[in-house]
Amino acid sequence: MFADWPILSLLIWLPILGGFLVLAAGRDAPHVARRLGLAVAVATFVASLPLWFAFERGTAEMQFQELASWIPAFNVNYHLGVDGISMPLILLTTLITVIVIIAAWESVKDRIAYYMSAMLVMEGLMIGMFAAMDAVLFYVFFEAMLIPMFLVIGIWGGPRRVYATIKFFLYTFLGSVFMLVALIWMYIQSGSFLIQDFHALQIGMTAQILIFLAFFMAFAVKIPMFPVHTWLPDAHVEAPTGGSVILAAIMLKIGGYGFLRFSLPITPDASAVLDTLMIVLSLIAIVYIGLVALIQSDMKKLIAYSSIAHMGFVTLGFFLAFYIYSNTGDWEGASLGIAGGMVQMISHGFISAAMFLAVGVLYDRLHSRQISDYGGVVNTMPWFAAFFVLFAMANTGLPGTSGFVGEFMVILAAFKADFWIAFLAATTLILAAGYTLWLVKRVIFGAVANDNVAGLSDMNRREFFLMGVLAFFTLLLGVWPAPLLDVMNATIDHLVAHIAQSKL
Amino acid sequence: MDTIYLLIVLAPLFGAIIAGLFGRQIGRAGAHSVTILGVAISFILSVVVFWAHVFGDAGVYNETVYTWMVSDGIQFEVGFLVDNLTALMMLVVTFVSLMVHIYTIGYMQDDPGYQRFFAYISLFTFSMLMLVMANNFMQLFFGWEAVGLVSYLLIGFWYKRPTAIYANMKAFIVNRVGDFGFLIGIAALVFYTGSLNYADVFAEGQSMSEATITIWPGWTFGLLDLALIFLFIGAMGKSAQVPLHVWLPDSMEGPTPISALIHAATMVTAGIFMVARMSPLYEFSVPALSMILIIGAITAFFMGLIGLVQNDIKRVVAYSTLSQLGYMTVALGASAYAAGLFHLMTHAFFKALLFLAAGSVIIAMHHLQDMRAMGGLRRHMPITYATALIGSLALIGFPFFSGFFSKDAIIEAVGYSEIPGATFAYWLVLAGVFVTALYTFRMFFLVFHGEERYDQAHKYMPDHGDDHDDEHGDDHHHGPLQPKESPWVVTVPLILLAIPSVVAGYFIGPMLFGDFFADSLFVLPEQDVLATKGETYTGVIGFVLHGLMLPAFWLAMAGLGTAWYLYMKRPELPGVIAERLKLGVRILEDKYGFDRFNDWFFAGGTVRLGRALWRYGDALIIDGLLVNGTARSVGWISARIRHMQSGFLYHYAFVMIIGLLVLMFAFVI
Repeated sequence: MFADWPILSLLIWLPILGGFLVLAAGRDAPHVARRLGLAVAVATFVASLPLWFAFERGTAEMQFQELASWIPAFNVNYHLGVDGISMPLILLTTLITVIVIIAAWESVKDRIAYYMSAMLVMEGLMIGMFAAMDAVLFYVFFEAMLIPMFLVIGIWGGPRRVYATIKFFLYTFLGSVFMLVALIWMYIQSGSFLIQDFHALQIGMTAQILIFLAFFMAFAVKIPMFPVHTWLPDAHVEAPTGGSVILAAIMLKIGGYGFLRFSLPITPDASAVLDTLMIVLSLIAIVYIGLVALIQSDMKKLIAYSSIAHMGFVTLGFFLAFYIYSNTGDWEGASLGIAGGMVQMISHGFISAAMFLAVGVLYDRLHSRQISDYGGVVNTMPWFAAFFVLFAMANTGLPGTSGFVGEFMVILAAFKADFWIAFLAATTLILAAGYTLWLVKRVIFGAVANDNVAGLSDMNRREFFLMGVLAFFTLLLGVWPAPLLDVMNATIDHLVAHIAQSKL
Repeated sequence: MDTIYLLIVLAPLFGAIIAGLFGRQIGRAGAHSVTILGVAISFILSVVVFWAHVFGDAGVYNETVYTWMVSDGIQFEVGFLVDNLTALMMLVVTFVSLMVHIYTIGYMQDDPGYQRFFAYISLFTFSMLMLVMANNFMQLFFGWEAVGLVSYLLIGFWYKRPTAIYANMKAFIVNRVGDFGFLIGIAALVFYTGSLNYADVFAEGQSMSEATITIWPGWTFGLLDLALIFLFIGAMGKSAQVPLHVWLPDSMEGPTPISALIHAATMVTAGIFMVARMSPLYEFSVPALSMILIIGAITAFFMGLIGLVQNDIKRVVAYSTLSQLGYMTVALGASAYAAGLFHLMTHAFFKALLFLAAGSVIIAMHHLQDMRAMGGLRRHMPITYATALIGSLALIGFPFFSGFFSKDAIIEAVGYSEIPGATFAYWLVLAGVFVTALYTFRMFFLVFHGEERYDQAHKYMPDHGDDHDDEHGDDHHHGPLQPKESPWVVTVPLILLAIPSVVAGYFIGPMLFGDFFADSLFVLPEQDVLATKGETYTGVIGFVLHGLMLPAFWLAMAGLGTAWYLYMKRPELPGVIAERLKLGVRILEDKYGFDRFNDWFFAGGTVRLGRALWRYGDALIIDGLLVNGTARSVGWISARIRHMQSGFLYHYAFVMIIGLLVLMFAFVI
């Protein structure tokens, strides 16, 4: 019954318009801003549920399509649709936005209406990016989405926010310019901006490599991959809690989404040639960044580096396909890797959101993110400690939590590609346990370290609710990932079948 | 039958959730009632299952509970495989767990974390049952890591103690090194078979032994050998085999009931169980068996030696556990899986008994653990004394006690084995018998016999005594120590564990030489050492009489006699000997330097490496040269341009988008 409704448009414009409404109505009335903001976010989340329930499993077709002409002169269309890759990411976005809105309830004191508005507008733009089937539409959302993020870091951020914002801007801007050139080149070739038409395009090897590199610049920065990752720790450290949550839980996924939507299907031959590079960079992310995370003294930086290491599994899973084929002569295992990367993205959405919220909970109380300012938090905040340990364990990939699923799948697939890839990827079991549990030991356990910790009060009901929701999804996905896989399988199998065909 | 298995697994989980989340509401009595009820249900149903499988005609049960997920044609499932091996493990796990639950009422009665403790040990029971009942590798790995998690939580149970929260982190990370290998092993099996289910994988064991994998140009391995060696690395972590044993002695920082349950009877035997479960694979890999044999023998002998110089009562038992795990491992390596499992079972009983008896002593000594301040306790604690004696005799392999049967079987099996390394292993496990008897009765005499040395208690109090006080509210600083027998919740589990510590050995006939494990274990005829031994088996009495003529028995007697001479007859002598053998004692007290090396090389080295990578990689090269260099030039330009602009960041961004659209326009025209 929902298939013909313009749900995707609703999901894009409801939060954007709602965001402006919040700004108009709540500028001088923080209570109105909060409640209205929450109402819009919840309404968007509820409106996104039909995507899950009415989504037709077992087909790779784009669903919930909407088509309207936008710039006829260039055949640019307002064309929306979702498949098994984008739909879960949209749901993640609508869920996390509700969380972020609630998290800001008391902790954002300054210009709350602007904050709520920025978050809601950002939500609409991110959904638009995931739902866009037209490359220009995608690009507009891709760039526009950054504006509210700049504002969030720039206005509510920490002392070095200007540095962080400029770094963030430079990285992402430089990356996306090349992508735009690639999109235009493909438009000239195909006469269409429809992304699926790009998929069908026959492209020579040189052009494929250039296009691959252009997309790589855009998406490697976003996800981020080594060596273009250093903007992320700075951005996280300066961003307010909500900004960090959105950044880690959703924005990083845009890079992964881009690889699946553009790089692999449009330039499969270039991907096959350059997959060693991608795999090596992914493994560096897992091993090198894992080591770097170990010695961080700032909690947010540590979690930011941990995010990069976890995203290494995403890119690793995506680019194993060609390696598997050249090793075994068969594509079996390719979709396991890609699906593993996807699961890892969704899972990381829950876990990183929870970890950054947890740091926010502590920061709201003591205004410090330094590990050394804490110690023995469990004595005064037992419930908080319980959640923290749960999410820390999820972060180390403990089976039964969502963190395990994707890593397990990627490691299984990696063995099909090469023993050493699996070997190096599996070191995450040790490294992630090292940096995460050391953090837990120093912050949570031990005797009460100082008077500030002694005066801590445990989580309030609002914080408890947020952690509880994220814990629920972390455990659900860990205990029963089948529903998520059922949604994605057809799309991923289709993708693998597509990249198996050379375009030369 | 489906419901009964589900109930066995879920009852402890239910108890754990109730006690964990609603501990405050239901109170102490509520917490221990609900968890004991859960575990008791599991135990009773496990007895029913055991009966049905062993004495009834219940066949092997192998069913899926639910499909976890499907990806790339691989079914990831959660399901149960119940055969005699599983039924035995379920019985051992639930029985010891139930005893420990009851014991905990007494041991933890003053602890503010009472409810939390019960929640953890019930959660552990759930995890361990998931591990032993799994019918596939993913669920096995789930149980494998879940027991590690609970072990982590329990070692760090007294989270204010710096030593405890160091030990639990160490335990988890060292176990993760093992799990790392375990996961690679699983990946290798899935690589070849395309399935995670035991049945599918086992069916391919033989054909897989002919496959090879080139992991380096010119360096080709048997794929099965590689997979099984990596799987065994997992077992080395969980079952604390050298060099991944280092976490187990430190795990004694946890409360004593969990030392009995997790770090003696159940979790640490997971590795033994796993290798035995995989016998249809291990049989086809002589290199893997050889490695298991040698690692096990080294652990059995050299860890036993360390037990000789320990003064903390729990640490002696801990090193003894390491050594006994080594014996079980040796049995696996010799293809005598049944003997390994048999020793696993008898050891679970008598070692849980010894730990709980040690805990009873520790209660009486007001949480003092140093044996130098004990002595003469037999007069004050008759029940603890008697049960500890039974446990000690079982441990050293005294005739008619359970350990005699299981240990003799292992030693003889190794003697018959022709796996490379068997001779080496044989001499080590034989010598280990003497060491075992010596450290066991050194401990026994120091604790229960001789003069009372309670006045020296203040010298040997643990330095975390202050934290401890907060938790236990005990009063060891006031007045002279007057040990007394523990309450019935402590002594009843001791008595109940003492019974199987004696009689469990009498099942040697069916378990080792009969068809008890016929459906569960697979042994190639040419490697079947137990069958060789079984040819001469005539019954329990005959086995004992035969055993009396073997060197193992006389070595045990020699060890016992030496302990008596050194610690009863001539108590001044050990000091003299230690003085003479200074270097040896120092090496043993240093635990062969493993901890120092690991701290310096692995822990320290990793941190140093991380710091160097961060400083020179991220900060200097990437940020310093590449990024900020660019940023500085761009910043200079933008500083000029900023004068022309409104100063709002979003203006820039919108201008950017419009500019790009214009650019696109120009490009297309």
